[in-house]
Amino acid sequence: MPITDRQVLWIAAACYTIGLLYGTFCLLRSKRHSRVLMYGVIVVGYVIQSLGLLMRGIAVKSCPIGNSFEIFQFCGWAATTIYLFVGATFRLSMLGYFTACLSAVLAVMSLSFSSWDATHSKMLGDSNAWVPMHAGLAMFGYGTFSLLALTSVLHLIRHYSLRSKRLGGWFSFLPSLIELDQIGLRLLGFGVALFTVALGVGYLYWRIDKGTVDHLKVIAVFLVWASYVAVFVARIRGKLVGHYFALACVVLYLGALASLEPVNRSRYPTRSKVEERATS
Amino acid sequence: MSDPTLPAQIFVLGATHHRVPIEVRERLAVSAETAEVLRAMLARLEGLQEYALLNTCNRVEFYGVARSPQTVDSVRRAFCERQNFDESEFAQFCIDLRGRPALQHLLEVASGLDSQMLGETEIFGQVKDAYALAQSKGTTGAVLNRIFQKAFQAAKHVRTNTAITAGQVSVANVAVDLAGNIFGSLDGARVLLVGAGEIGEKTAKAFQSRGAPALTVCSRSFDRAAQLAASLGAAAIPFDQRENRLADFDIVVCATSAPGTVMSAEAGAAAMRRRPARPLLYLDLALPRDVEVGVASHGNVYLYNLDDLAKVAEENRRAREAEVHRAKALLTEKAEHLWSSVSGRVNGGNGTAAHA
Repeated sequence: MPITDRQVLWIAAACYTIGLLYGTFCLLRSKRHSRVLMYGVIVVGYVIQSLGLLMRGIAVKSCPIGNSFEIFQFCGWAATTIYLFVGATFRLSMLGYFTACLSAVLAVMSLSFSSWDATHSKMLGDSNAWVPMHAGLAMFGYGTFSLLALTSVLHLIRHYSLRSKRLGGWFSFLPSLIELDQIGLRLLGFGVALFTVALGVGYLYWRIDKGTVDHLKVIAVFLVWASYVAVFVARIRGKLVGHYFALACVVLYLGALASLEPVNRSRYPTRSKVEERATS
Repeated sequence: MSDPTLPAQIFVLGATHHRVPIEVRERLAVSAETAEVLRAMLARLEGLQEYALLNTCNRVEFYGVARSPQTVDSVRRAFCERQNFDESEFAQFCIDLRGRPALQHLLEVASGLDSQMLGETEIFGQVKDAYALAQSKGTTGAVLNRIFQKAFQAAKHVRTNTAITAGQVSVANVAVDLAGNIFGSLDGARVLLVGAGEIGEKTAKAFQSRGAPALTVCSRSFDRAAQLAASLGAAAIPFDQRENRLADFDIVVCATSAPGTVMSAEAGAAAMRRRPARPLLYLDLALPRDVEVGVASHGNVYLYNLDDLAKVAEENRRAREAEVHRAKALLTEKAEHLWSSVSGRVNGGNGTAAHA
């Protein structure tokens, strides 16, 4: 019996969970985890998850973001993709552990609720190549913001440790404030750029066929984009710095996650709209 | 005269900070010239097969392989004679370990477990230097070579597998570590030292040793500031410019003996308005304090005073102490293993601790 895409994705989830457990075990023993080992576990999970998503993409003949299960998987995959570049370039300790936590939670959660994968909708305007591109770029944007939220959480913990003058134990494994600030700023810039292009591409399609996209989705996504741009500009101009900047990034990420609901709903047009479109 | 047919004996003979106050250690310290004379004296001892001398500010120890217990006594006599030290007085506090305890001692010394500052790593280099010197002088042989090599391996093993060297335990090094938590690499960090006293100098040197290249000194006496700056290869600025130029620095080390504060919250706030995104760390090492507590009201400013740093150092020291038991257990295992491999060549049974 051939292996299914969900089984492959379960194996990937197991790899991320091993990373999570290994990191937690080291933290509980106040030991620094091996960065190479953590990176290796995440790479293995990532390769297997890529394979699972590829199998799903071939099966549905489109980018696998057709239901909540696929969106969570894709979002986790995108965050891991960004981490693989960031982790290799900046060698930020603890970020690997946090990425493993995020990827494991997203993967296990999406696989646990079978109802999330019960239906699959073809993307609206599926024949138009711009739509999958818009969706893929947006998902990468969300993935980047996920990683930004992780580095921001690390930033807040580091700030807390410095302010409360608790530098020992596992606080000593955290990266420095400056490193976290710099990587946060770069991730924000990258995420904003991705999201801007994604929205630009989406706008081109929306302009042609405005009836296919919920206004709520447009408003929600625009708000997310505008908020991230505002935070980026404020950070560049030195108006939002330090732990306030990190806090803003975490809060915005919660908002970005909340925006996935209207985005997801928009892909299932109501019967009346479908009928309306059919009659017109 | 020792009997060459008898198996040899590993020994450690010397004095350490545990039992000997600094005034006495000063008298026992062996200079380079003295060491040469000692070597000549020891070369005449017939039963002394191998030896190495470890001489640091906290210990003078001979590690050796002797044909008989009498040979070890001869080493003691020679040392006391050369140092012009009363032998009976020396006998009161000296350590004299034979056999396996001697091995265990070397392993603990190399690992920093026997150091005054528990877990310090400088001793490892000092033991290495002592061994290298003994090797170059041809006073080591098969037994000491093996023992020292294994001691280095054991020390590395303990450092890797326990937290015995984790965290810093001196205020100056804690301060530098703290700066690392904020700025990461100190390559680009600009340090302002306010006050040209001993504590400030020590801290400045600690920063330089960890790669902080841009150091500026200011003091109420510009001459002293300039003098210290010259000795540190740093720049000096007049005392009255310290607050105006605050924005140019990332780390401010204050260690003056001024009766009041020398760094105001207003000046700190003004500096942060000019450099809002980059954190500013104040290290207030003065008593009475030099920095107004209000500086820390800015989100990107971190203020640590002497008590804060001492508390961190104390926590680190306690964390190291908590690891001693585990480290000693590892070393005991290593010493057992090493003893079983060298005891065929030497005697001494499980060893003795004559005066330890």
